[in-house]
Amino acid sequence: MADTAVHAAHDVGHGAHVTSTGLSNNKLAMWLFLGSECLLFGGLISTYMLYRGRVANGPHPNQIYDIPFTSVSSFVLLMSSLTMVLAVSAAQRRNDQQTNLWLTVTALLGATFVGGQVYEFTAFYREGLGFTTSLFSSSFYTLTGFHGVHVTVGVIMLLVTRSIIQKNRVTGDKAESVEIVGLYWHFVDVVWIIIFTLVYLIPA
Amino acid sequence: MATATEHAEHTEHEQHGLTDGGYIKVAVVLAVITALEVSTYYVDFGPFFMPSLMIMMVAKFIIVVSYFMHLKFDNKLFSFMFYAGLVLALGCYFAALATFQFFS
Repeated sequence: MADTAVHAAHDVGHGAHVTSTGLSNNKLAMWLFLGSECLLFGGLISTYMLYRGRVANGPHPNQIYDIPFTSVSSFVLLMSSLTMVLAVSAAQRRNDQQTNLWLTVTALLGATFVGGQVYEFTAFYREGLGFTTSLFSSSFYTLTGFHGVHVTVGVIMLLVTRSIIQKNRVTGDKAESVEIVGLYWHFVDVVWIIIFTLVYLIPA
Repeated sequence: MATATEHAEHTEHEQHGLTDGGYIKVAVVLAVITALEVSTYYVDFGPFFMPSLMIMMVAKFIIVVSYFMHLKFDNKLFSFMFYAGLVLALGCYFAALATFQFFS
């Protein structure tokens, strides 16, 4: 009886519904979404790899990339994954204060990364690399731009999650809500790990 | 009973992944690998340049997915869903490169 009570309280406490898989449908849906996102970025990275040598009259990738700057941006995004996982860990311990703190730090690091990308795009544009300058420029801006949009959406998700936790308006399992946002955030970090190597570090 | 319930939930959450110290150690490993990656820009690795970069990229990918995204500790169905998408993406990538004779 004690076991049953513990199990029932566990389900209710987590706001979970009984599912045919025994797993959270929300989490399953997020993983399925991330699997489909792999295809999106797979297509964009393939396109960039094909066209990165097609510079027409525009600047060559190696002439414009600022590796030290991008390395710092990459490090910032990587560290945001640490702060995100610390937010998830705090949420699992039911420590709302720490959860909000780490979510805020993660959002700030994400915003710093996006700011760096805006600066980089502006610098490239001033050096003559417009969106339609060459096949290289189009594929580069599309790939990194899509990633930047994903990071921006992630920052918004983090701030909204922080806000609803602060107002205690989370329906269902709070820790799981933070974990699902965390999965998305780590995914954008993982995609950047690939972009940083294939786009920036490997010369065209 | 309430205490037992809380304890059960707390224990389950604690077992789901590493401790905070463990996550920090993983982040340090990731930072070191990133530093090594960036060093390839300044130091000539010769024929090891490309293989070392690819190995470091894959290592970082696996570490983040396994530890930060908890795939190592979670249900295998989540791993299947993610890696199925990844394998399809790699298939798409190689098919596109082969179609445009990227390798020739």
